[in-house]
Amino acid sequence: MARSVFTVTRLPGFNGVAIAVFVALYAPIAMLVVYSFNAGDSIAIWEGTSLRWYERAWANAQVKDATFRSLIIATTAASVATIAATMVALATTRKKPFRGQTAVYVAINQPLMVPEIVTAVALLIFFATIKVATGYQGLGYLILAHTAFCIPFAYLPIRARLEGMDMTLETAAADLYATRWRAFRHVTLPLMAPGILAGFMLAFVTSLDDVVITLFVKSAGQDTLPTYLLGQIRRQVTGEVNAISTVLLCLTVVLLTTFFLLTRKKS
Amino acid sequence: MTEAPAVEARNAVKEFGQGEATVRALDTVSVAIRKGEFFTLLGPSGCGKTTLLRLIAGFDTPTSGAILIDGEDVSDLPPNRRPVNTVFQSYALFPHLTVAQNVAFGLEMLGRAKGEVAARTAEMLALVKLDQMAGRKTSQLSGGQQQRVALARALAPRPKVLLLDEPLSALDLKLRKEMQGELKRLQLETGITFVFVTHDQEEALTMSDRIGVMSGGRILQIGTPREIYAHPTNRFVADFIGETNFLSARVRGGKAVFGGGVEVPLSRPAADGDVTIAIRPEHMRLVPRGMAGALMATVSHAVYFGTDSHIHLKLIDGTEIVVRQPTDADSTDGPKPGEVLGVSFAPAAAQVLED
Repeated sequence: MARSVFTVTRLPGFNGVAIAVFVALYAPIAMLVVYSFNAGDSIAIWEGTSLRWYERAWANAQVKDATFRSLIIATTAASVATIAATMVALATTRKKPFRGQTAVYVAINQPLMVPEIVTAVALLIFFATIKVATGYQGLGYLILAHTAFCIPFAYLPIRARLEGMDMTLETAAADLYATRWRAFRHVTLPLMAPGILAGFMLAFVTSLDDVVITLFVKSAGQDTLPTYLLGQIRRQVTGEVNAISTVLLCLTVVLLTTFFLLTRKKS
Repeated sequence: MTEAPAVEARNAVKEFGQGEATVRALDTVSVAIRKGEFFTLLGPSGCGKTTLLRLIAGFDTPTSGAILIDGEDVSDLPPNRRPVNTVFQSYALFPHLTVAQNVAFGLEMLGRAKGEVAARTAEMLALVKLDQMAGRKTSQLSGGQQQRVALARALAPRPKVLLLDEPLSALDLKLRKEMQGELKRLQLETGITFVFVTHDQEEALTMSDRIGVMSGGRILQIGTPREIYAHPTNRFVADFIGETNFLSARVRGGKAVFGGGVEVPLSRPAADGDVTIAIRPEHMRLVPRGMAGALMATVSHAVYFGTDSHIHLKLIDGTEIVVRQPTDADSTDGPKPGEVLGVSFAPAAAQVLED
């Protein structure tokens, strides 16, 4: 009888624990979203519904500036990281296993393992030297730093996709008169495209969300949306922060949902 | 000058690995496959048949020796520049393309005009009876239909040679029988040379014009199904294809002398000396003991199969043999264990093995 089968959902207290976990996870976010629509100045006392914080954030030139910068960095870094990750994934799955392949995995995934603060300090010192030597103060440093830590996030889904792919398909393409390039263009690339897109979106969200490294690497006046929010909270917490965070949240949810839909296995 | 063979391997050797770990998958193989022929490479797994197929397709290059297609040395050409197409064991259909796009792939890569591609694709789909499925994704097809798409895709560019790597092994028995007939029909209709790889002896016997039996990286014997079955030249071929009795004998002056002194004339010349003789169970008959030219044997046991019986016997020298006897309409009981009988066979049934 099915009753005798052990299922964790039948344990006493399962529902209570489950509810507690969900509350801990989502209550703060729900609070944030709800108070972004608060008509009053407080972020803790409800005074009616309004869109005033959204209007204020929309009108805020600094917010616009930071958003624009965040998008430029995230788009550029995620694109470059995805291209690099695609090439690494091809090299590590389409070649015979070579000496030092594990070392390549470790090297590529370094940003996932080294504490972010260490990378941040290292980049600060490294870029400071270059800044002194070249005098260049632009966004390049941030883009470069973001690209580096985005690569593993782009690499993992692309590699997973390639490893799940039947290599005989490329052999079949060659057998049907496709040159190496055309086999890649007409067979490999279309089949790995969902992985590439998923990798790009994961990298994009990771870049968009980054605070620590950005804080260390950025020059004066190079606030991204997260660092701008951090700066605001230090002075005065208003519903504007809630509003911006809510928009950021929505964007992330949309991207991650798309990521999920792209990577899940077709039945 | 005679016409060049469709495919020819000249002393082809393929080794994998290096140094101590070198494995010789293909050991100095030479074979010439004629134009328009249904040629089967038959052997157990690991015998080198798929390696030879991959050398012809160009997926691997020979360590030494040469592969010729239509008289031209293609040993150094990549697969996309060889006039050869393959039906893969796993079909390897492109999952992101429709049935029609799969079939058109080769023609498009060859840069054929759009109209020609469309016409030829439609023609191929009609040939394999899948015209209704042109717009489907390949994942929506059954195993047998996928098999047909793979065939149509490989035949569409009109290759000089079609290579088939155990294409029927993934199908169930009924579908396999159906596809065997289908393959033979396609081969006759298109006139393309088929090189078919299988480990299934029945498949090889029923479909092929000629069979090359492989073992240990070598081709042991090449011949028509009849030649291979009736006149195997060595023990492996005799044993791998069908059931066979192996008898020890000594050849002397064109006669085989068996244990017990029974002499049987040989239908084909053989050098004097100790030999092994292969005789198929269905080519042996049970006769009363003491009959001239018959070997004495004691019945061990008999197995009744309905249409025939397999009688297991022991010869004087201890060799165990099987005799297959059709069941008579009026027969009541077969031979009993312990009964001593004679076993006779026509001289033509006795095949002297070379090793």
